[in-house]
Amino acid sequence: MPSTIISAEGLGKRYLIRHEQREPYVALRDVLAEGARTFVKRILAPSSIIASGTVREEFWALRDVSFDVKEGDRVGIIGRNGAGKSTLLKLLSRITEPTEGRITLRGRVSSLLEVGTGFHPELTGRENIALNGAILGMTRAEIRRRFDEIVDFAEIEKFLDTPVKRYSSGMYMRLAFSVAAHLEPDVFIVDEVLAVGDVEFQRKCIGKMQEIGRADRTIIFVSHNMSAIASLCTRCIRLDHGRVVQVSGDVDAVIKGYLEQDGSTESVVWKRVDATFDNPWFSPLRLSVGALEEDKRPPFDSADDIVIEIEARVERLDPALTVGYALYTSEGQCLYWSYQTDDSPDRWPQLEVGINILQSRVPRGLLNEGEYRIELIGGLHYREWLFEPRKLVPTISFSVSGVRTTSPYWSAKRPTLLAPVTSWKARR
Amino acid sequence: MSNASTERPLLVIEAGRAESHYWRDIWRYRELFYFLAWRDILVRYKQTVIGILWALLRPLLTIVVFTVVFGRLANLPSDGVPYPILVCAAMLPWQFFATAFAEAGNSLVANSNLVSKVYFPRFIVPASAVVVSVVDFLISLLILIGLMLWYGVIPDWRILTLPGFLLIAFGAALGAGLWIAALNVRYRDFRFVIPFLVQMGLFISPVGFSSSIVPEQWRLLYSINPMVGVIDGFRWSVAGSEATFYWPGFVLSLALVIAVLVTGIAYFRRTERTFADVI
Repeated sequence: MPSTIISAEGLGKRYLIRHEQREPYVALRDVLAEGARTFVKRILAPSSIIASGTVREEFWALRDVSFDVKEGDRVGIIGRNGAGKSTLLKLLSRITEPTEGRITLRGRVSSLLEVGTGFHPELTGRENIALNGAILGMTRAEIRRRFDEIVDFAEIEKFLDTPVKRYSSGMYMRLAFSVAAHLEPDVFIVDEVLAVGDVEFQRKCIGKMQEIGRADRTIIFVSHNMSAIASLCTRCIRLDHGRVVQVSGDVDAVIKGYLEQDGSTESVVWKRVDATFDNPWFSPLRLSVGALEEDKRPPFDSADDIVIEIEARVERLDPALTVGYALYTSEGQCLYWSYQTDDSPDRWPQLEVGINILQSRVPRGLLNEGEYRIELIGGLHYREWLFEPRKLVPTISFSVSGVRTTSPYWSAKRPTLLAPVTSWKARR
Repeated sequence: MSNASTERPLLVIEAGRAESHYWRDIWRYRELFYFLAWRDILVRYKQTVIGILWALLRPLLTIVVFTVVFGRLANLPSDGVPYPILVCAAMLPWQFFATAFAEAGNSLVANSNLVSKVYFPRFIVPASAVVVSVVDFLISLLILIGLMLWYGVIPDWRILTLPGFLLIAFGAALGAGLWIAALNVRYRDFRFVIPFLVQMGLFISPVGFSSSIVPEQWRLLYSINPMVGVIDGFRWSVAGSEATFYWPGFVLSLALVIAVLVTGIAYFRRTERTFADVI
């Protein structure tokens, strides 16, 4: 009988969102000013308790979450963006403290919330292996023992003594995953790392994780990639708005529940409800998808022109502002990103201070039958993300039905990501 | 199976729960401590032409300037010690304190990617920043040795107390560094406070001159600056400048260092669990 290795009881994590500034940290001057203001108000109206000047909003990223993980379980955690998955992992790996509730851990926990945490660009591959190993909790003896395996798995023998700033992003990723994969913790916590790297590498990672799982190691795995969850996990937890809505050993059932929920709440329009996404450069008001014919409702036809519209308020113009959308399949694979600045500069749409509506067309006949998700993405180029892909950003979803051409031979859905109609001719 | 589970560490995570094995946990992460220090030393001199020589050049040039300005131009007394040695014996601990304090104060913010993505006792970050400065200090000790050979100053038994004074400087830098590092996570204002404090400190500490020029009735007040005790101690142990060693002041400096260190650790421990949320 496998013993319980993690038990969470009534976990909750509350954040205070401040609407006045974007930075999570505060400046001392604000604290002093606010303190003075409260002090004056107290003197003027001593009986009443007055809310402070800044707008603070409570936000429960996680509430009332309880579950047990047994030794050898491979638990998948799924849910939409902002459902609390990453917060849960942060609590389990002790990066931050729960606001309420309790976690009991028995065993050594290693977490991989980001590929290559602590990698230093100036250091060589060899040096980074040592450093990263130590950050992830390996001892020097362990690192030495597993060094060759790590290098083999990452396929970087030739570049061991090159600073990693000269690595290609693929090499960098392989090295980073490789160090983490050779840890020997009792519990291995992994967040979405498989979303990066090429297909070959992703397959290798899944293989490695299955191997770790077979070795009776406990794994907790968060992903938007349902096929990865299905092939790896023995149990699945579904989160929604910070609460557990489904836990089961029947992984397929939970995944189905997730996809159905996503489908049933299919929303072709996102509208601003609060100040979460506001910023001086591009405060989104609406994100929507529709067909070119105004009255057409989803599901869209893949032969239709599908139009994505972004309505936003701009207070400050910045030449570095790039906004656009990311298109995902229902399994969480990203098909592409598109920005308003992708074309030559003379064809860029001009933004102005005030309300702007940007329009973009999904290339006709590109999408396969199925469900798709669109995220608003963008930022100040090379400076910062305002809307980072796969983070908490405005999201909509829609579905596409099959009819595309009158070909008698193309009637069923093809098992492919895209299903474009390309032109063919015979050459004599 | 049950055997294996009983061997495993049991850990309970709860809001506001005091860490029961705080220091043991830090000891368990000593490898990381070592690696962070090693990383900072490696990175500091990568892509520099003269590399580690910078650790010698900076204090050396400052010593030359201070000797000329205070010893030659202002003609301040040197208590019978060659002026360069008087300056050097003060410059080394001061520079150690200044870099250790500044590095430790900025260390958490500089390592924010680690803090927000991995668990480890946060104490390790500022502590390893101070240790890195010890390495620089040891290298610059060569200057002092060189000067002592040049001027034929032979140290007596008192040189053996030098590590003790270094330890006090270490405590002062760590204590002040912990305070600033923890505050810096929440209030980025402290980023601007650090260089200001360091610059002020250089002038209110007896680096370029002997503290014997401070009038007798002000010496105790002057010793509120903890580096006064450390610098006097260094001079006393290196060159035996008896006249400058002032016991009441030293005791006051020492007490203040201990107070800063203890409160620094306490404040750091109280706030460290929320670092990842606000950094």
